[in-house]
Amino acid sequence: MQRVPPLAVMLSALVAGSLFGFGLALSTMVRPEAILQFLLLKNFGLLLVMGGAAGVTFIAYHLLPRLMKRPVFGVVFGKHPSHLDARTLIGAAIFGVGWGLSGVCPGPAIAGLGVGNWPLLLSIIGILLGAWLHGRFFGKH
Amino acid sequence: MTSLAQWFPTGWEPFLFGGIFIGLGVSLLFWLTGLIGGISTAYTAVWSLITRHPFFQHEKFVSTRNWRLMYGLGLILGAVVFTYTLGHGEGFVTKVPLWQLFVGGIIGGFGARMGGGCTSGHGICGVGSGQLPSILAVIIFLSTAIVTAHVVRSLGGF
Repeated sequence: MQRVPPLAVMLSALVAGSLFGFGLALSTMVRPEAILQFLLLKNFGLLLVMGGAAGVTFIAYHLLPRLMKRPVFGVVFGKHPSHLDARTLIGAAIFGVGWGLSGVCPGPAIAGLGVGNWPLLLSIIGILLGAWLHGRFFGKH
Repeated sequence: MTSLAQWFPTGWEPFLFGGIFIGLGVSLLFWLTGLIGGISTAYTAVWSLITRHPFFQHEKFVSTRNWRLMYGLGLILGAVVFTYTLGHGEGFVTKVPLWQLFVGGIIGGFGARMGGGCTSGHGICGVGSGQLPSILAVIIFLSTAIVTAHVVRSLGGF
């Protein structure tokens, strides 16, 4: 197995995250108001954000493993681990309740800090607490 | 054009182009490292630095926390770059009440971790790899979120 240069992976994550964060800011997803406007069915822009992002990702996830044996600084192309079970479906339902109450998802909570949306710090703390509650009391390994 | 303005009263361009940038970020991560760029795992991975509880010390959190933290740092950096370029130096501060942000965070964080993903993990990476469980997760969380937002609004919340 070839050795993966850790610094290159860190820099890749930083640059990729920056593109992601730029997109979240451009698409106004860092504004809980924009997400709530969608959830209240007054502005359907969020569907374009998700569709655009998933569309580009779909092409990359399907094409790259066919064009290359391995990633530039990696060993294997990964796969998103989703399972069709009660946890996935119940967890998704609970996630939606929290998302509908706050208008904040985990990504925009972080990216929002970059546009000076400081109240989202409370969302970050909340999500951290929620992640802890899950791991501590419902974690399965 | 009337119908387009009805669906997208603030225009469609920032949404579509923003989504494409998000997808390019996820794709770049995949091309360079083969990693799947969901966000919510990062929140659990942070706890691997703080608590010794065995769940949080699982290899999938310990061995990935460094790149996940860099990815999160990138999210902030990219939003800063936007603010000082296309954003004309204007920031944004939400008017959603702090308790809604906090309580919604706890519930959403819990659910995202139990469900194995959020809007990015299931909505972008999962749907992007054509996985049925993720597609179902998206349909479910969109539904409960739409209902919740309507209930909160009708009860006098933001």
